[in-house]
Amino acid sequence: MEMAFLADVFMQLMRGVPLTLQLAGTSVALGLVMALILAITLQSGPPLVVWPIRGYVTAFRGTPLLVQIFLIYYGLGQFRPSLQALGLWGLFREPYWCAILALTLNTAAYGTEIIRGGLQSVPFGQIEAARACGMSRSLVYRRVILPIALRQALPSYGNEIILMIKGTSLTSIVTLLEITGIAQQIISQTYRAVEVFACAGAIYLTMNYIIAHLLAGLEHRLSAHLRAAPDFESSVAIEGGLH
Amino acid sequence: MFDLVGFGVGGWGAALLKAALTTFALSVAGFLSGAVLGALAAFARLSGDRFARGAAFAYSALFRGVPDLLTIYLLYFGGSVALTVVGGWFGARGFIGLPAFATGVVALAVISGAYQAEVYRGAFLAIHRGELDAARAYGMSGPTMLRRIVAPQVLRYAIPGLGNVWQLVLKDSALVSVIGLVELMREAQVGAGSTRQPFVFFCSAAALYLAIAIITGSLFRHVERRSLRGVRTA
Repeated sequence: MEMAFLADVFMQLMRGVPLTLQLAGTSVALGLVMALILAITLQSGPPLVVWPIRGYVTAFRGTPLLVQIFLIYYGLGQFRPSLQALGLWGLFREPYWCAILALTLNTAAYGTEIIRGGLQSVPFGQIEAARACGMSRSLVYRRVILPIALRQALPSYGNEIILMIKGTSLTSIVTLLEITGIAQQIISQTYRAVEVFACAGAIYLTMNYIIAHLLAGLEHRLSAHLRAAPDFESSVAIEGGLH
Repeated sequence: MFDLVGFGVGGWGAALLKAALTTFALSVAGFLSGAVLGALAAFARLSGDRFARGAAFAYSALFRGVPDLLTIYLLYFGGSVALTVVGGWFGARGFIGLPAFATGVVALAVISGAYQAEVYRGAFLAIHRGELDAARAYGMSGPTMLRRIVAPQVLRYAIPGLGNVWQLVLKDSALVSVIGLVELMREAQVGAGSTRQPFVFFCSAAALYLAIAIITGSLFRHVERRSLRGVRTA
């Protein structure tokens, strides 16, 4: 009975996984594009553009994601007539699009800081060398700056992706039926909160574990040139030294 | 529009400020309790005992991998179920809910402890091995070495990381509103509901969170600068 109940809960919760991944995937992808544009603009834009971007980043990094979701989903409802006039009401009426918007704006603010850090880590000599080769500004970005900066930013960005997966659970509060939302639905029928939430927690943990491993693999692949060449003698020496 | 969140008659300003104070108290209590948990977990992680290492690793991996909202729900409902069962032995009837503030503190402590463990561990590993050897060569006992050599440096190296965890705790405290504690987020919801001006109230809440984050952030930077005053920098 107990195992059968848990198995049933598990199968029901798994139906929420696609929505969770979809919410996180869409907002991380859109947020990355936005973060790239904003971070590059911060590097060289005029003050009139730089200051609003800094304000946006500070505001979204300094306030809880839950407040942001509520502000967009409930708060913008206050402007329903104007939004209807603009033809945007259909979008802001849907909790799904409000969640995507809130998650995207949130992750883009964090992402901007992460990528800005990556851009600053690019050694100036590399940029100078690229310019000396006669590369145009955009070519320098594409071939030199961005590959180095993004590789540098990957570990932090990986953490941000995990935070986003965790962040999607907040969208259950605005009625989306992702994993946490389904969990709450099951609990309102069975009153067995502990088992159901523990089951949901296990699913999140497994997802994050897999994502962390994929990212670690990617990082390993991208940093091959930073590792010592595989050399039997020295690898034995290093392992010997650890013990 | 500003009268609504002002301090005049019918204004929500005082209520929101009081709720912000609750948010601050909740976050500070959660952060400090988390510091104890985190230090214990870091200590276990660095100890020679295989079981302690494994348990500490599992703790920090678990609570950094599960959504904070779920942790809060789980502690609240799990604790309440346990309390209801115990209450039943003594003849109490029906569901007994845990006190929301205490549950919030425990939840924030457990979550932030998992992050703080990593911060302290990293800070300990940043200490120069030679300093520890030198302390041992002087014949310092373990506690003396911890007090004079390890703790001051761990704290210095940990300050930037702890600042990040503090900001995380402050923002996570908004999630405690789901178990009914009237902190800033919940008060904003109440105000939004009774005046039908959600935008005004959630903006005010956001502004107050931001104010706390900015003020405490500059405090952390000040402490960091102060802690580095004996360190030569380029």
